[in-house]
Formats: sequence, structure tokens, C-alpha cells
Amino acid sequence: MIEVKNLTKKFGEFTAVDNISFSVKKGDIFAFLGPNGAGKTTTIKMLTTLLKPTAGEILINGNNPVTQQDAVRKSFGIVFQDQSLDDELTAFENMEFHGVLYGVPRDERRKRIQDLLQIVELEDRKNHLVKQFSGGMKRRLEIARGLIHHPLILFLDEPTIGLDPQTRNHIWSYIKDLNAKEKVTVFFTTHYMEEAEKIAENIGIIDHGKIIIRGTPDELKKKTNTSSLEDAFLQLIGSDIRGEGASGVDSMRMHRKLWGR
Amino acid sequence: MNVIYILWLRQIKRYLRSKARMIGSLGQPILFLVAFGLGFGPIYQKAGEGSYIQFIGPGIIGMAIIFTAIFSGIEIIWDRQFGFLKETLVAPVSRTNIMIGRTLGGATVAAFQGVIVFLISMIIGFRPLHVAYLPLAFIIMILISLLFTAFGTAIATQLQDMQAFPLIMNFLIMPIFFLSGALFPLEGLPRPLELITNFNPLSYGIDALRATLIGGSHFGLGLDFLVLSGLSIILLFIGSKLFSRIQI
Repeated sequence: MIEVKNLTKKFGEFTAVDNISFSVKKGDIFAFLGPNGAGKTTTIKMLTTLLKPTAGEILINGNNPVTQQDAVRKSFGIVFQDQSLDDELTAFENMEFHGVLYGVPRDERRKRIQDLLQIVELEDRKNHLVKQFSGGMKRRLEIARGLIHHPLILFLDEPTIGLDPQTRNHIWSYIKDLNAKEKVTVFFTTHYMEEAEKIAENIGIIDHGKIIIRGTPDELKKKTNTSSLEDAFLQLIGSDIRGEGASGVDSMRMHRKLWGR
Repeated sequence: MNVIYILWLRQIKRYLRSKARMIGSLGQPILFLVAFGLGFGPIYQKAGEGSYIQFIGPGIIGMAIIFTAIFSGIEIIWDRQFGFLKETLVAPVSRTNIMIGRTLGGATVAAFQGVIVFLISMIIGFRPLHVAYLPLAFIIMILISLLFTAFGTAIATQLQDMQAFPLIMNFLIMPIFFLSGALFPLEGLPRPLELITNFNPLSYGIDALRATLIGGSHFGLGLDFLVLSGLSIILLFIGSKLFSRIQI
């Protein structure tokens, strides 16, 4: 469903994504993990037609995001890491806007909006302007909106950041259900390792723009000889890579470039 | 079709909900009508040209329209900064439809603003030639709105943030307005100024407004129409090309 070959993205001198290759099968739930600035969001932007790669090839459901943008856009849905709601519209209007852009027929659209607002517990607020919402409410609305159309692939860039455990639970069970019933491929990033461990079938860890390991949660734990994904992650990211790969000054420079961007 | 409609609707809703913006953008045209229209009235009369408020009315309507239109187009920068642009960009809809929807929305708002200024100018003393010509004048308002909303959108696709805004204001919007014949007659100008006004699309818009609101045209209504509609189509086309190249 997702095929990535030797994908690279450079911003000037800085290489955000460095020659990565991976694939995600149809119906898979894939967690793309890594520390801040590792290249996760940049990769997602390239997969979703928002950025053009410097080099390498991507196929989304057999289509190339650079040359076949429309076909690619038809096949995925996305929940962005940062806000992408219109503050001056109501919750319902934001959802309706999305549903129309994605060509969801009216009756189905209305029903799904109703259901989803219920799941994220915003139905009593559906006619309120988004600018009156708290951060958590906006996040919930954002996720609900991303689920109105049922795409082949769902990209979720840190979807549950800042949400309480109940809401996270609700949302993940809806997504798992969608995955089971409609075979929606799920590609997500998160900093909650226990979430990735519980939900993901396959995991890829990226750091400094390179994929350093791939496998199921169990495989990663076995390889690192740890009992939880969090420990495995810390071991891979914390000591192995940074300690040996880059000197202190190098990594500082890297950080400066990263944040300056 | 649905896509264009929902994009249009979004612009209208945003406009109707921000009363401050609606009222704020009327301040400048009213000030111009009063200060120039009434202030220069006596001396214009002495020069034997008749009523200045009659002359300047169409110019100020044009001003209200182009300011609102270009600002509506430039709103894309806000969408980019507040993240909403991403939502539109990843949607499986053609960039041309996005461009058309946005432009129609912005243009509707701008034309509406033009009508309000027209009504206000009536209060201050402006009198249109004949009611029968008003529908035609309204069509011209829409054309000017379309042209400059598309123009603003095309510019906005090239900008990352609002930092270039003063540049656009002082080197684009202001010159387009002041060098358009909105405030002075196009007849008998010094050669350089005449050249500039001939290349300024707004000159044709205001000329057409004058032709339909007070009678008499410098370029001829036919040419005005041709320039306004031709440029609108070209800018819509360029705009959607530029729009499809946006990377975030």
C-alpha cells in the first residue's frame, strides 16, 4: 500500500530525511516512531503530496505523489500534527467542509459527522465556533474530521497528543474498528510508546533522518533485550545511535539547524 | 460544483462573522468620499468640470472593491499560518476548483462591499445617471472583484507570511489605486502618467463604472469589458498553476 525507496529530503544543507526505504502492507497498522525532529513529519508530508522529495521514489496505492497527485490524494486521509481547523467556522461546518471536499454523499456525511462528534464528545458543541474551543477539544475535532471519509490509508501524525486517556481509548478503538472492518491501512506517529506497543502491528524507528530498525513490537523488544517498547526505544535512540554516530558538537549543530528551520 | 460552493460559502461566512472587518474596511472609502469628494468639490467646480463627488463616486467604489478583493485573496497567507491551507491542499479536488471557489467567495464579498459604498456615496450626495444602468454597473463591480481577488490569491501563493504585506500595500495596492484615474480624469494627462494609467487594469474598471454610473467613457465600455474579463480569466489560470505548486 505504501512503498518508499531511497527517499531523501534536503532543506538546503540539512538532510531531514536520509535515503530511507520501507513498505507498509494493506491493512497494516504501522507506527512510525522517533524523537522530535527525526524526520517523521517531513516523511509524512512527502507521502501526502505536501512536499516534493529531493530524491527517491514513493508509491501510494501504486501511484506516485509527485506525478499522480490526484490519484494519491484520493487514497488517503490525514490528521495533521499541528492545527488545521478554521477557527472562524463552527465544529459542524469544519466537518461539513471536509466531507464535501472528499465527496462523501450528503446523508452518509451527516450521519458520520453525528457519530464522530459523539465519539469525541463534542456533539453538544457542534454549533460553536472553533475559536472558542480548548486545545484538547480542537484536537478531538481534528481527529473526528479526519475520519469522515473512509480512505484506503489513514495518516495520523501524533493524533492523540494532549488528550486524556478516555478520549485516546475511544479514538483508538474507532480506528482499530475501521482497520478491521474496512481494511484501512493506518500509518501513525506518536510519542506515547505504550500506545504504539498496544496498537501497532509493525513499527519503524527513524532518527536523524534514517530508519534504524523495523519490526513488530515483540521483535524490537527481543532485539534490544528489553521488556517494553519504551525501553527498547530509549536504548536504540538514547545510547546506540547518538553516542556513537555523532559527536557532541555535531549533534548540537544538527539541533540548531533543525530548530532554525 | 459542490466543492466550489463550499469554498465560496466559507468565505461568505467568515466575512459575515467578522463585523469589525466589514465596518473597518468602510472607514477608508468614507473618508475619501468626504475629504476628497466634498473637500475638492469647490475647486473642481471652478475648473469647470462640474461636481467632484459625482466624478469621484465610481472611483471610491472601485477603491473599496480592490482593497477588499486583494485582501480576500491574500487571506491564503493566514490559512497557511493557521494551518487550514494544508486541509485544502491534501484534498482530492482540482486546484482549479479550489482557485475558482476561493476567488468567487472573495469576489462576492468585494462586490458586496462595493454596493455598500455605493449606497453610502448616495447619502453623501452622489447621484447615478439612471436606474436602468445599475445592473450593468453591478456586473462591472463583480468583474473588478474577480480580477483583483484572483490577483491577490496569485500573489499570496508566493508568500510565506505576512511580512511582505507592507510591501504589497505600498508598492502594489496603493499605486494601482492612485494611478488609475479613480481620483482624476484620464484626459490630458502628462505622457508618462498616461502610459501608466493605460497599463493599469483598475483604470478600465473605474472607467467602466463611470460609464455606467455617470455616463461618458475614456476607453469605451467594450474595451473595458474585454480587459476586465480577459485579465480575470488569465489570472485565475495563473493562480491555479501557482496554487498547485505550493509546498508546505
